[in-house]
Amino acid sequence: MNALPILQRKLLRELGRIAGQAAAIILVVACAVATAVMSFGVLRSLEQARAQYYERCRFAELFVSLPRAPESAAEAIRRQTGVEAVQTRLVADVAVGLAGVDDPIAGRLLSLPERGEPEVNAIVLRRGRWVGAGVALEVIVSESFADAHGLEPGARLSVLVGGRSREMSIVGIALSPEYVYALGPGMIAPDDRRFAILWTGRRVLESALGAGGEFNDLAIRVKEAAALDDVARQVEAVLAPYGAADVHGRERQPSHAFLSAMFHQIAGVGRIAPAIFLAVAAFLVHGVLGRLVESQRQHIGLMKALGIGDAAIGWHYLELVLVLGAIGIAAGLAAGTILGHGLTRLYAGFFHFPNLSFRHDPPSVLAACAVALAAMAIGAYRGVRAVSRLAPALALAPPAPPGYGRTWPERLAPWGPTGGTTRMVLRHLGRFPLRAALTVMGLALAVALQIAMLFSFDALDRILDFQARSEASDFSVLFARPLPGAAIEEAARWPGVLKAEAWRMLSVRLGSGVQAHVVNVTGLAQSARLRTLLDADLVAVPVPRQGLALPGKLAALLHVGVGDSVTLQPVGSRRTLELPVARIVEQYIGLDAYMDLDALNALLPGDPAIGGTDLAIDPARRGEFLRALKGNGIVAGISERSAVLASFRDTMLRTLTLIVSFFVAFAALTASGIAFSSAWITLSEREREFATLASLGFGAAEVSRILALENAILVGLALPLGSVLGYGLAWLVAQRLDTELYRVPLVVSAHTVAIAVLVVVAATLLATWTVARRLRRMDVAAVLNATQ
Amino acid sequence: MRGEKTHSVRGLERTYRTGSYEVHALRGVDFELCSGELVALLGPSGSGKSTLLNLLGGIDRADGGEIWFRGEELTRFDDRALARYRRRHVGFVLQSYNLIPSLTARENVELACAGAEGPIAAADALELVGLRPRMDHFPGQLSGGEQQRAAVARAIAKRPELLLCDEPTGALDSRAGVRILELIERCSVELGAATVLVTHNAAIAAMADRVLSLVDGSIAEARGNAPRRNARDISW
Repeated sequence: MNALPILQRKLLRELGRIAGQAAAIILVVACAVATAVMSFGVLRSLEQARAQYYERCRFAELFVSLPRAPESAAEAIRRQTGVEAVQTRLVADVAVGLAGVDDPIAGRLLSLPERGEPEVNAIVLRRGRWVGAGVALEVIVSESFADAHGLEPGARLSVLVGGRSREMSIVGIALSPEYVYALGPGMIAPDDRRFAILWTGRRVLESALGAGGEFNDLAIRVKEAAALDDVARQVEAVLAPYGAADVHGRERQPSHAFLSAMFHQIAGVGRIAPAIFLAVAAFLVHGVLGRLVESQRQHIGLMKALGIGDAAIGWHYLELVLVLGAIGIAAGLAAGTILGHGLTRLYAGFFHFPNLSFRHDPPSVLAACAVALAAMAIGAYRGVRAVSRLAPALALAPPAPPGYGRTWPERLAPWGPTGGTTRMVLRHLGRFPLRAALTVMGLALAVALQIAMLFSFDALDRILDFQARSEASDFSVLFARPLPGAAIEEAARWPGVLKAEAWRMLSVRLGSGVQAHVVNVTGLAQSARLRTLLDADLVAVPVPRQGLALPGKLAALLHVGVGDSVTLQPVGSRRTLELPVARIVEQYIGLDAYMDLDALNALLPGDPAIGGTDLAIDPARRGEFLRALKGNGIVAGISERSAVLASFRDTMLRTLTLIVSFFVAFAALTASGIAFSSAWITLSEREREFATLASLGFGAAEVSRILALENAILVGLALPLGSVLGYGLAWLVAQRLDTELYRVPLVVSAHTVAIAVLVVVAATLLATWTVARRLRRMDVAAVLNATQ
Repeated sequence: MRGEKTHSVRGLERTYRTGSYEVHALRGVDFELCSGELVALLGPSGSGKSTLLNLLGGIDRADGGEIWFRGEELTRFDDRALARYRRRHVGFVLQSYNLIPSLTARENVELACAGAEGPIAAADALELVGLRPRMDHFPGQLSGGEQQRAAVARAIAKRPELLLCDEPTGALDSRAGVRILELIERCSVELGAATVLVTHNAAIAAMADRVLSLVDGSIAEARGNAPRRNARDISW
């Protein structure tokens, strides 16, 4: 036992001797722990922030929207079993005007109860006061919108609702759990400058919409989550006399659904990436410790001869590895905490929570540490076992020379042009095939991980390309109410308009068998050019004259294909129609069905009508156009295509750039670690061979070339394998991100593969160069004369 | 059988530094080497024999003094020129055979001949050392004596002007050792190489034309063996 402190001193000196390899192992472990700490910490912080927010505001479990229903219907719902609380509301999409702002601003105006806070879906007042009772034109505005425009209580804005523009006074600034992630109509990413959430008194909205004693929106809390489906059925039954209602749970509430998808994604990264890093760390430990034990077999024999037990010596080497693991864990915890804070700050920029700060997730931190140490121990297993099994007499003798043979490429092509040094490299790799295979696998994983992350940019490009090809309009204008077809001619006369195309959008329940989904169906004219349907190859296809064009995802959800029939029930209507699926189209964001405008009008009672228009305008007259539409009673909302795409691109780039950069950097570190370790082991094992070559007159560059060739072969095998694995991993990521909100196209560009490949090649070159420098400083005479 | 002068060594010094310790391995050594001559460096451990051999072979650098090789100052060569010198002119036979374990005996010889002028064919060199039947074996499949014979074949195949042998029999039994010495003797005569044989064994030194005895980094005695003994008559 007295020997142990000395062994620990030896341990510290060993660490100094293998500083480069130790650093590689520490870095990879740190990457694993940092990724886990960051991912699960951010996930926990977001989940807790959401749960507390929902609890505080009594966030609904069930959401209903329908054209109109009387308060008595809500009373009936309150009496249903399982219902805890019901909040009736009036909700309207409106156009908002701010003095000095030409850009179109979409707004969603929600009613607040005349007295007290909402029973369900309360809001958090951040500044100012509640709106007064009665018909005072007062509003509370969302904090993100207020901050984007520097608005404070006391400021004024105009709201175009019910065909009339009203000047309203801002009395408060608030946050709502329904809009943690706030998407305005027609938007594919949050745009705080162009989307406002507004709350006003119920009577103001009743008067504006002419809806006295009626509601068009319900938020319901249930007593038990398990009873949700039963309650939903009861609600549908109660509301049936008022036409089909869109009744859905949190899974289709846009903000909640987006957050859940994001959580799912973060959890996925938190599980997969650390596992890859730890596998690599275990492999590095396996190689480095194996080599250390081999090079120290005479020390081990001596320690055993001196009477130090197998367990103590085994523990000495395991301790060495665990110390590296512990340093890696400490570095990973620190890096993960810093990165976690950074990522949380980034998320706080577009997730609007009252409180969001980074917190560690202790169980996953502990799990990450334990798994990291376990990975170290697994990696050390063979080395430590070899130490324990080495008989002292055998250990003191030099090891038997390694047995080599011809490799299969030589046997297959003995006339091959391989030179002496090439044969040395091939036979050395062939002598240790498992090590070579693991090195190739490790480098391949570094390539794969990058591809799986970098392809997000390709997918983003594809989505932007899709949007650009499918929507050529500059503006899309939503009318306050359906207008006769002739309204398109008036729109065409608005200042600056070059082209105007009509459309009509309807909220419908599409069903097939037991499957049903509430989606928008848009009717497009056959002559439409500003909006185009695209197939899976992004080739324009015509709007079917009969039947529906469905995005592939919606068709899959409904279990239908071309030629099958689906039922269609407009929300608010009791009529159910049957239509064939005429075409499957591509759509990456949202779930919308399309059909011919005339065919859609023919299905609906009343005269043919249009609900809005897509416009191409003269860019020089944009300001004039927007000013002319301000306060126009027929306009309920305007969205500008370029702004929608810009906000989408900016949002995606902001999140992707940070996260993808982490992973590319981590993968580069991993690749360097593997290549460095591989080259170091080669150098350490074959120092005598290299010294012999030097004595034979081979220059340092020629000897270094052997190291380089060996790494080049390993990298050469790893790159194609990594590219294939990367494609597979990207497919997994795309599958994981495939939701009703959006689909991630599986596109891996040559550019992405090139970056992943170049990073690994550069990391390998750097590692090889570092080891080759040590080779140049080798004392040839000392190595040659050392006893074997 | 002295021929023309190949190497001149003047005031050669070499000091090893380990931390604050300094070991003066060579303290001003002077001597000359001629082609066809076999010189034994005799002395106890730490006397500087191997250091002198390494400096002559261009695998170590002197701290002072000069080594001249055919009118060129070896001690001023850069790494590249030293590598070229070793490749063209020097053959090493060391106590640890230092064969490349992943190459067969024949490939080891071929590797050493790359870049040499008019080398002996690898098979012929191995024939010379009696290893032709086993030339396609890997070092791991050869006995110690066979490995050392392969190392001799590798050293001589390039027809070196300088053959350096550092305790070449140190790891072998006496019978195998004598066989190696016979080979070295024969190559020295037939190839006309200047041969330097490091040994601490006075019996082996008897086969040399000249014996330089080193003590503490200096030549304490230089004597000729007249006549020198044949390798096959040596025993220890």
